[in-house]
Amino acid sequence: MAEQTQTQTETPREAQGAPLPETKEDKKAIHPLGEPIIQIEKLNKWYGDFHVLKEIDLEVKKGEIVVVAGPSGSGKSTLIRCINRLEEYQEGSIKVKGIEVNNDVKNLKEVRSNVAMVFQHFNLFPHLTILENLTLAPVWVYKKPKKEAIDTAMYYLEKVNIADQAHKYPNQLSGGQQQRVAIARALCKSPDIMLFDEPTSALDPEMIGEVLDVMIKLAEEGKTMITVTHEMGFARKVADRVIFMDAGQIVEENDPETFFHHPESERLQLFLKQILNH
Amino acid sequence: MVYPPKVAKEPPLLERGPIAWVRRNLLSSPYNIAFTILGLAILYMIIPPFVKWAIIDANFVGHSKADCTGNGACWVFVKEKLNMFFFGFYPHDQIWRPELVIASAAALGAFAKFVRGLHPFKLLLIVLFPIYAFVLLHGGSFGLPMVETSKWGGLLLTLVIASVGIVLSFPIGIILALGRQSKLPIIKSLSVFYIEFVRGVPLITVLFMASVVLPLFFPEGVNFDKLARALIGITLFEAAYVAENIRSGFQAIPKGQYEAADALGLSYWQKMALVILPQAIKVTIPNLVGTFISLFKDTSLVMIIGLFDLLAMVTVTANDRDWLGMDTEGYVFVAFVFWVFTFSMSLYSKRLEKKLDTNNK
Ligand SMILES: Nc1ncnc2c1ncn2[C@@H]1O[C@H](COP(=O)(O)OP(=O)(O)O)[C@@H](O)[C@H]1O
Ligand SMILES: [Mg+2]
Repeated sequence: MAEQTQTQTETPREAQGAPLPETKEDKKAIHPLGEPIIQIEKLNKWYGDFHVLKEIDLEVKKGEIVVVAGPSGSGKSTLIRCINRLEEYQEGSIKVKGIEVNNDVKNLKEVRSNVAMVFQHFNLFPHLTILENLTLAPVWVYKKPKKEAIDTAMYYLEKVNIADQAHKYPNQLSGGQQQRVAIARALCKSPDIMLFDEPTSALDPEMIGEVLDVMIKLAEEGKTMITVTHEMGFARKVADRVIFMDAGQIVEENDPETFFHHPESERLQLFLKQILNH
Repeated sequence: MVYPPKVAKEPPLLERGPIAWVRRNLLSSPYNIAFTILGLAILYMIIPPFVKWAIIDANFVGHSKADCTGNGACWVFVKEKLNMFFFGFYPHDQIWRPELVIASAAALGAFAKFVRGLHPFKLLLIVLFPIYAFVLLHGGSFGLPMVETSKWGGLLLTLVIASVGIVLSFPIGIILALGRQSKLPIIKSLSVFYIEFVRGVPLITVLFMASVVLPLFFPEGVNFDKLARALIGITLFEAAYVAENIRSGFQAIPKGQYEAADALGLSYWQKMALVILPQAIKVTIPNLVGTFISLFKDTSLVMIIGLFDLLAMVTVTANDRDWLGMDTEGYVFVAFVFWVFTFSMSLYSKRLEKKLDTNNK
């Protein structure tokens, strides 16, 4: 199946026989970071009177892997949900590939076709089969012919090792399988940017690995990713930068090694103590 | 320490089988025993006399009241008046027309079950069917003599009102439910006002308004068909209830479903039509069918604006001088027909629910 479809979908590197990069340096050599693809400037957001995001400045380059960490309620989800406008914001600006994320319908459409999201609770559509979940947006939103949409869907299902479940319904799958399906669904529109909001925190421990493996594979292929997670292993292996948020602001930002082993701010030191000691 | 594996075995016998079921459900406590005995006593008082009246002592053969000699029910009456019960005052020599419509509906239903999915030809047939049924029933073209709607009656009228009411109130109800969810304040408050107003008013009032007030909006001399007025009234009434059912379905859909649809880039209408409504309707099927069953029974109220549905035919037929005093048989028969229809609807809804259940299939 993969051989048939690779001409239709973006041609992934591993399909051409190139080895996956062993280390982050290897990966950088194959996929050097590109132009800024997400630009967030002086972003402020309130829920009523509650100032949930405070003066956020963040720039993400094409191909960059950013991990966002921080205590619960610090605004991590809100921040990444502003990028594809699941949340509106009141001040500042967000640009995706140079397009302003605002309430202009055309911009919104453009932005959402470039940005895909994977949720903590998968949010698969329970009334549709796995395959239908994957082809829904390509067929209805992006007007792909049905056959092509199915081929693409099967290609990505194979990529997340779940093609044999294509005709089942989401509730027949385990949590880890559902989350891999959700990732495949997000990939089907060939987005430039993937947002992950705590993709493994609703999973039973034995299923976390299979989901992280898929995410690591994506990272190594050069996809731009912003991931909210506390999985240190993932951050260490693939992240270019780790960002620490607390009380609605970015408190500290560093490469993973420094971030986890030589935290500068007191708040991050405390936070790391908490997540490592549990 | 390692423990040897254990084999699964059957539960103890006392926990299973019919005797255990009776003990658990009918005789579990003194109260329960008392109610079981009371229930059996009531059944004993009702069922044997009814069976004696309706079957053992009943008269089935003959053609007139004189043939009914025993103490039991006179089913000869129902047999002789069957055409009246089924078709009202529809001309005798034209009865093949409603019969053909009903046969076609059954054939269409079977065909629709046979051809799976949304086949275009099937959709075309379903869309064309009401037109076909109307032309055939009403006549006045294709060489068919005209049969005015005032002549339609009995079960035929009940089915026409109920099916038109169900089919039309469904989309209107969906639109009202979407309106009530809308972020636009004007659309939202209009929908809320409409739904709450209609639900606060009895159907009889709506029918009166449809029959008396509606004609005021038409220029003088335009005679607006009485059945059409009743259909409009019932449809608008029913739509409010359908809307509330569907709204309760919306509330069962997690926020994540909306967000996933948004994140995939679906437009508002795509999101609603492809993701939210299918799930909302699915969870609300039991309520919807309940609503439609009560609509089916409420069609009898059209009697008060001078239409003769199935129930009204009891009065009409039992007033026949040759058959005076046959009301009981009429009512029992009509009750039975209503029950057959409502019970089938309820069975169908159970089947549909099961078929659409994608959880742990
Ligand atoms: N829709 C909402 N209305 C009001 N407050 C909200 C809403 N969503 C989130 N919040 C609040 O905003 C803060 C940040 O939430 P969130 O971004 O989900 O945090 P995180 O993902 O870091 O745990 C929390 O205090 C939360 O209670
Ligand atoms: Mg969160």
